[in-house]
Amino acid sequence: MQTALIVAGVTVGVAVVVFITALVNGLQASLVNRTLGSQAHVVIRPAEEVASPVIDRSATDVAARIEARAQRLRSIDQWESIFVALERQPGVVAVSAMTSGPAFAARGTASKSVVILGIDPDRYRRIVAIDDDIVAGRFRVAGTDAVVGAELAKDLGVGVGDKIRLASAANREDVVTIAGVFDIGNKELNRRWVFTTMRLAQNLLALPGGATNIDLRVADLFAADAVARDIAARTGLLAESWMATNAQLLAAFRNQNLTTGTVRVFVTLIVALGIASVLVVSVVQKQREIGILRAMGASRRRVLLVFLLQGALVAFAGSVGGGALAAVLVQVFARVFRNADGSPVLTPELDPVLFLSTPAIAIATGVLAAVLPARRAARLDPVQAIRSG
Amino acid sequence: MSAAIAPGEPLLALRGVRKSYNVGTPVETEILHGIDLELAPGEFAALVGPSGSGKSTLLNLIGLLERPTAGSVRILGQETTTLDEAGLTALRGRALGFVFQFHHLIPAFTAAENVMMPLLIDRGRPDPAMREVARELLAQVGLAADLAKKPQQLSGGMQQRVAIARALAMRPPLVLADEPTGNLDTHSADEVFALLRRFNRDHRTAFLIVTHDPRLAARCDRRIELVDGAIVLDRA
Repeated sequence: MQTALIVAGVTVGVAVVVFITALVNGLQASLVNRTLGSQAHVVIRPAEEVASPVIDRSATDVAARIEARAQRLRSIDQWESIFVALERQPGVVAVSAMTSGPAFAARGTASKSVVILGIDPDRYRRIVAIDDDIVAGRFRVAGTDAVVGAELAKDLGVGVGDKIRLASAANREDVVTIAGVFDIGNKELNRRWVFTTMRLAQNLLALPGGATNIDLRVADLFAADAVARDIAARTGLLAESWMATNAQLLAAFRNQNLTTGTVRVFVTLIVALGIASVLVVSVVQKQREIGILRAMGASRRRVLLVFLLQGALVAFAGSVGGGALAAVLVQVFARVFRNADGSPVLTPELDPVLFLSTPAIAIATGVLAAVLPARRAARLDPVQAIRSG
Repeated sequence: MSAAIAPGEPLLALRGVRKSYNVGTPVETEILHGIDLELAPGEFAALVGPSGSGKSTLLNLIGLLERPTAGSVRILGQETTTLDEAGLTALRGRALGFVFQFHHLIPAFTAAENVMMPLLIDRGRPDPAMREVARELLAQVGLAADLAKKPQQLSGGMQQRVAIARALAMRPPLVLADEPTGNLDTHSADEVFALLRRFNRDHRTAFLIVTHDPRLAARCDRRIELVDGAIVLDRA
């Protein structure tokens, strides 16, 4: 009876830990995916231009007001050689150069402010899975073919096959044909972004042969910050990881992890106390049997082992039940609760590491919780134990 | 299985055994005041005396469940006072069987499993030979039909007979019995006593029986009387 209760307790404890962890991991993974759906892991830009005034510092009474320099659109110096070096850098999976700057998109009398993104489509695809977000046509960026966002297409009243005129601040113009329309789930970007070839963008923005930024995809998502710092230190360029861009998101993750960690510690503690208390009661109840076993030649070590084993078995039984319960909960949750776009909040698959590590921790907890009662049982004086009959 | 013993060597030899409780405190009390006692293989002895005379303490000392404050306890020619806990446990398992006033059977196990228990403790894992020993012993105590019954399905006399079978499972040269019939009606008590006698005769197992029952003590070969922690009478 007690054993059944404590196994049930361990079951619930393990289920809670596995489920909460799976839920939080699932939520975080889906948030990261969502965030990185339209972002490179690391973006490299030219260093900002600083004002370097010529002032006679030895003069004592100089009143100087130094204005920060306006940041003009510039290419990364020697970007091709940096690009080649980045491709070789360990931990970097994909590299894509981009020539990007402001322009106007016009059709008839309607004119909209946009951002030109001049890219190599095959390289860009490896940074951002843009093909998944195409709602009309294809992501074909070649010659004068361009891809625009759904909001811009609507504002200008254009569709696949129509032509729009792009005009830049450098007073250059070009006409492009819309080959595809994307929707990356962010209206502002859908209204602004226009993908063209690098060459076309370079012409429009008056940056012949130039690239304004280099996008990277890294192997380990959470190493992006380290990779960015490394690149910044070696090239003197600005390198910003998605982690820096989304610092708030990461801070939220950290707090979330802290919370679930606390819950896990307390649940583990409760399970341990439960197992220990049941075993203490069981030692008291069974002291006659323990005494008789000792009188029959059972060593202290053996009595100790029996109770440690009991702790482990209780935890094991609870873990099996808890794992199953968590699996069911996750399945139900994955079916019932969905994101705004209808995709499940959690993936129904459970992480095998989590699935195996939690029972392992539970069993270790069971054994540890059994140490005190087991020692008590082993120390039991057989004479006292037998008398108490 | 029975442990070897040199010819002429007593099975059990106590020399000047003293036992005090609360040693070093103001309430220190000496329960046994220098006991000398020998028991030969195959003896059938009763240990009698009023309550508080130290019978149970003496039995616990012989049973290696307690250590004497002074003196020597030799079992099978082996000095036990110098043994460590593990050594005592091993010798106890090999040389001694216990029968208590309360049967102390383990309720979760069947009669046969309870009888097998000392063998299991000794060898670590069950084997068919053990089961055979248990079956045979239970048949000898008249419980051939009750092998698979749990203790609570058996009467008090039957439980005590299972306990006797268990005490004999290792074929110990000496069985210590603390009021083995104290809890039974006269009919069951006679049955149990007859059993002890039979094992004594058939296997030359020595018995030391603590009892209050003068009727029972009279039927033993030797009578050791303990009063106030000293042997006042020892005669065959």
